[in-house]
Parts: sequence; C-alpha cells; structure tokens
Amino acid sequence: MAERRGRLVAGVVLLALLVGYAVVVPWAAGVDDRVTDFAAARQGPSPAHPFGTDSAGRDLFVRTAAGLRVSLLVAVVCAVLSTVLGALVGALSAAAGGWADRLVMRLVDGVNAVPHLLLGIVLVALYRGSLVAIIASIALTHWTQVARIVRAEVLSLRDREHVDAAVLAGAGRWWVTRRHLLPAVLPQALVAATLLLPHAVWHESTLSFLGLGLPPHRASLGTLLEEARSSLLLGGWWTLVFPALGLVLATLAVAAVGSALRDRAALPRRAVVEL
Amino acid sequence: MAARRLLLALPVLLGVSVAVFAAAAASPFDPLAGYLGDRYLTAGQEVQDRIAGELGTDRAWWVQYGWWLGELLTGDLGTSRSYAQPVAQVVAERLPWTLLLVGVALALAVVLALLLGTWSAHRRGGWVDRLVTPVCLLVQAVPPFVVALGAVSVFGLALGWLPVAGLTDAGAELSAGQVARHLVLPAAVLAVSQLPWLLLNVRESLLRALAEDHVVAARARGLSERTVVLRHALPTALLPFVTLVGARLPELVVGAVLVEEVFSWPGLAQAVVTSAVEVDFPLLAFLTLLTTAAVLLGSLLADVAYVLLDPRVSADG
Repeated sequence: MAERRGRLVAGVVLLALLVGYAVVVPWAAGVDDRVTDFAAARQGPSPAHPFGTDSAGRDLFVRTAAGLRVSLLVAVVCAVLSTVLGALVGALSAAAGGWADRLVMRLVDGVNAVPHLLLGIVLVALYRGSLVAIIASIALTHWTQVARIVRAEVLSLRDREHVDAAVLAGAGRWWVTRRHLLPAVLPQALVAATLLLPHAVWHESTLSFLGLGLPPHRASLGTLLEEARSSLLLGGWWTLVFPALGLVLATLAVAAVGSALRDRAALPRRAVVEL
Repeated sequence: MAARRLLLALPVLLGVSVAVFAAAAASPFDPLAGYLGDRYLTAGQEVQDRIAGELGTDRAWWVQYGWWLGELLTGDLGTSRSYAQPVAQVVAERLPWTLLLVGVALALAVVLALLLGTWSAHRRGGWVDRLVTPVCLLVQAVPPFVVALGAVSVFGLALGWLPVAGLTDAGAELSAGQVARHLVLPAAVLAVSQLPWLLLNVRESLLRALAEDHVVAARARGLSERTVVLRHALPTALLPFVTLVGARLPELVVGAVLVEEVFSWPGLAQAVVTSAVEVDFPLLAFLTLLTTAAVLLGSLLADVAYVLLDPRVSADG
C-alpha cells in the first residue's frame, strides 16, 4: 500500500518535472529547429550549454526538451487513439457476441502475432515523414490489449445482478451502458492508456532512430539519438547520454504511474502491456 | 492449441500481405518512380505510361496483389531495387547471418535467465536477488538501440575491446574467428535487451514452484537442496518460461532490426530497414511476410514444446 503510494508519487513528480522541462525550456529559449551555428558544433557540456551541442551547433539542453515534448505528445495521442479504438472494438465485440465476437477475437490474435514495429516500418516507409502515419502505425498495432481487457470486463459485468436488475426494470440498452458499463470500463481503459504510453514513446523514437519517422531537423528523442550514432564516433558522448536519459526517465516515470494505477484498479497482472 | 495456431497462420499471412499492398496503393508512394529512380524525371509521359503498362503498375492494387501472390507461389520473389539483386538472393545471402545472431542471442538470454533466475529465487533476498530485480526493471525501460549505442561507446570506442560494425574488419577475409569477434557485441546487446522479461519470469515461477506441495515433500524426504531445486522445482517453473519465450519472439525480431542496424550486421533485419528507407517494395513486402511467418512458426514451436513438456496438456485442447 505504502509502496504503491510511493511509486505513484515518485512517478507523478518525475513526470511533472519532465513535462515542465519539455514545455518551458523550448518556449523560453524560443529557437528555431532549423537555425544552425557550425562554429559552436560538437561542444561538450559547459555552463553555456549544460548538455553540450550537436553536430549543427544546436544547444542540446533545448533540443532534448523539444524532443521530449514531441515524443510525449505523439505518445499521448497514440495512447488515447489506441485506447479509444480498443475500447470500442472490445465493447462492441462483447455486445455483439456469437460469431462476430469470435471473429474479432481472432483478429486480435492475428494483429498480436505480427511484430508491431514491422507494421510500423512498412506504414511509415510508404508515408515518409508524416506524423499522421507514425501515429496511425502505433495506434493501429496497440489497440488489441485494450480490446481484450474491455471485452472481458463487459462480459463479466453483463451477467452481474445489478445489470440484470436494471434490464428487468425496463432500462434501455443505452441507459445500462451509460450507467453501469461505462463507469466500470473507463478506469480500466485509463490504466491501459497509461501503460501504453511508454510503448508509444519507444515506437516513435525507434522509427525516427531508423530514419523513417520525423525528418532529422525536427527534434524528437529518436532523431536526437540517431544523430548521436554518428556523433559518438567523434567522441560526443553527451549526444547519447542526455537524450537517452530523457527517454529512460520518461519511460520509468510513466511506467511507475501506470503500474501504481493498475494495482489500484486491481487489474489482473497479465494485463500489463509488454513491449 | 497447436492446431488453432496453424489455422490462424494462413489468414494472418494473407491479411498482412493484403494490408501491405492496400497501404502501398493508398500511400503517396509511386511504384513507377521507385522503379525508374532518377530516370523518372527525365522520362517523358509516354515512356512512363508505356513502362507502367508493361509493369502493370497502372492496374488496380488487388490485380497486382494477385500477380504477386501467383509469382510468390511459383517461387518468383521479384527483384530488389536497393540491392540490385533478385529478392531470393538477398534473402539467401542474409538469412544465415540473422539466424546466427538471433540464435546466439536467444541461447545466451535463455541460459543467463535460467542461471540467474534460478540463483536469485534459490537464494532469495541474497545480494544477487536484490540486484537482479532493479537492474531488470531499468533495462526494461531502455530501448534496445540505446543499449546498443551504449555498448558501442563503452566497449567499442572507450575501451576498444571489440569491433563495433560489420562481419569482419575492413578488408579482412571472412573467417570464423573474425565473425565470432564481431558477433560478441551485437549478440550480447540483443540478449541483454530480452533478458529482463525472461529472468523475472523464471524467478517468479520458481519462487511459486518452491512453495508447492511436492517440493515441500521432497525437502521433507531429506533430498539435497540441489536435487530439490533442479529436479523438483525447476521443471514446473520451465513451462511458463517456454510459453514466454514463444510470446517474446516478435520482440526478439524487433530487437534484431535495431541491433543489426546499429552494428551494420549484414542480416535480413538490416535489409528490412534499407528496403523501407528506399521504399524497395518487392523486398519490403516479402520480408514483412517472411518475418511474420517466422514469428508464427516460432510461437507454434513454443506451443508444441509446451505440449511435449507437460503431459497434463492435451494436444488438441
């Protein structure tokens, strides 16, 4: 109990700090991504540039913040989209029942059987540099877990006495859904969305790292780490350390919040989405 | 269970390939521009139309998909533009290297997970156990490509112990010694990136198994600690482990893509990235299908192993 609370508090504080850094720093610095200063290229950390500079002389303290902002934003949109999609599919599948339900569940198995990143690579390769394609490729491959959770929840609720009582009392389908099903399913869906966030951050950064996601001048954790690849060979350790630290801290913070929320919602352990 | 997987495999493979073709048709990518490359701009409209007619790129995507499927079934995989080779040749040249990398990494991860997992469950609360869980949680939060870059900078650049790219040193002959030296870092990184899930699973199931009646009974009979852990507890803990290894296969493939890319390992996973970056459609479509098939086959094998290992599970359940 205390441990869960500690995890939640630590996660929320860390996440708040990261979000604050990601929002405030690029805004306060007010620099354009495309402005370069080759005279200041590849400088190590110093008071003027606490995280050093990249190969185009851009300040990495600002760029890491901007990258974190883009990555977190993409991740949130992806998590929300796949949760909504998964919740809809799961709820409709449970409501429909019969062969439609079985078909949908086989579809879920099928999507799960395919390596997610592979589908992402194919989609993003065809729509190069499009933010919509990145988001779609993540959302379209991550809805299945949510669909499973929501379907199971709706199925178990449908046979509960208070729902039966409502139906017998003449309540309409929509009323039952709104009054009894939604309040029970929503917290589960929220937890699922939180647990999806680290994945979405990973996917976006991976695609950008492979040179398939955002264009290189657009700071995201992935594009920064892609640049680190070549800078490392020239001894620029700071180009790897700081963006990677941002990525790992963001993942840990969100995962801590997600797992604390999951324990609170008493979700089954296997509902943890694994990357 | 195994039969159901087989039944699922065919629709999944068909679905994936149809989805790839439909996505390609809906995307701004023009296969003719891909085929002609730089010549696309210099070729006139007539030439473009003629070539489009010859290649069939002016037909609807499902017609082209039908052709592709037909050729695939007759063994003609098409030609890869980015490697200027038939797709079959690209696959034949690169598949062995990927299998070597993935095989070594998986074996390493499984052995390490079993050793460390057994040790930390057996000596619960010892220093290994107290170290293992937080380290695993940390590694789970680090993407494989960051692990790979970290390994490159520490072991390759700072310490200079191991080579960081390719199969052999520049200009060196291909030999077992060269390949082995170049394999160390990529295989270790791939193994480490998969290790946390496997290790924590072994530890947790072994802890559960150690509390079961038959293990307590074995202890009560005065059997040695070694026999109790290895012969009585571990076999029950292995079953969920086998399933997990099967379930982690897609992630292993994803890890291989990243590791091969960072270490310039000339395997198929690197070809996936190259074909995607250059929109080399014939290669990309086939590799997508091949990878999916490999993952499905892997989960099938895991299920078969499970059935063989556990007499309580019936094969057609």
